[in-house]
Amino acid sequence: MAGLMSRASAIVKAKISKLLDRAENPAETLDYSYERQLELLQNVKRGIADVVTAKKRLQMQETQLQQSVVKLDAQARQALAAGREDLARQALERKSGLQQQLVDLDAQTKQLEEQQAKLEASSKALSAKVESFRTQKETIKAQYSAAEAQVKIGEAATGIGEEMADTGLAIQRAKDKTEQMQARASAIDELTASGALEDFTSDHTELDRQLSALASDQQVEDELAAMKKEIGTSGDGEPQKELKQ
Amino acid sequence: MIVRLMTEGRYEVDDEVAKGLNDIDEQAGAAVERGDEAELGALLGRMANAVRTNGVRVPDDDTSASDAIIPPEDLTLDEARRLFADEGLIPDLPTP
Repeated sequence: MAGLMSRASAIVKAKISKLLDRAENPAETLDYSYERQLELLQNVKRGIADVVTAKKRLQMQETQLQQSVVKLDAQARQALAAGREDLARQALERKSGLQQQLVDLDAQTKQLEEQQAKLEASSKALSAKVESFRTQKETIKAQYSAAEAQVKIGEAATGIGEEMADTGLAIQRAKDKTEQMQARASAIDELTASGALEDFTSDHTELDRQLSALASDQQVEDELAAMKKEIGTSGDGEPQKELKQ
Repeated sequence: MIVRLMTEGRYEVDDEVAKGLNDIDEQAGAAVERGDEAELGALLGRMANAVRTNGVRVPDDDTSASDAIIPPEDLTLDEARRLFADEGLIPDLPTP
């Protein structure tokens, strides 16, 4: 069976002929191709903007998760200090789940960064070629006979067409990746909203409630002790008599 | 000859490198046929590395066509199918 290089070349050639078939005469081919190049340049720029937007969303989720991790850590300490190892364990379990998600998010952000770099390189290469092509097309129109022009146009259009096909592939892949990431980001948002993924963004998780109940029990005890001290009792039986009097 | 690493850039490589690329390319084609994604990735990675290490970057404004085109090294099997299928992973070039 054939290798991949010849198949990739064949695909690129087919895309180029499709593009060139649209124009009716050599001069039109040049102008038509040039217009398409400018459109494609716009598409790459939009593609870059889309990747950047998706990346920002992931980064926001990352920040949110990091805050939750810090909070859960503090809650675990609080619970342990109050002698509630069960609650501390719960908090640490959640924290560990979130940390795993953070690792995933980080990997996804890196993938989007790679896509962004590729698109930026594509954009740069295509811009440079479009500029060369613009000069060539004016030279061809001005200096060559129809027959010669045909050959020159074929050469120029093939080179730039290959770049266009490659840029098209870079845009498509970045789009695919961005959509995958967005789908995952939405899934995390939805799970969070439905509580299925532990309601770690809410201020009132079950863990919070239990900890605050614990804290208020502790506060009552503390206040009681302070009051007893004020009244001058030691709380060892004697005061009960006094209070009854 | 000029080799394009798709979505990455173009390099000028000598005949010896080109021959090496052809050998690995045959195996990459076979890996796609077998549906072996790990092997495909490894082979495309070897090709890309050989080009990057031994080749010289072709300036961006050079509008000549390439002599060989190598798919992206992180091409998945699914993408390979789409790339080589009729509808293609490469979108049609923009039309009005």
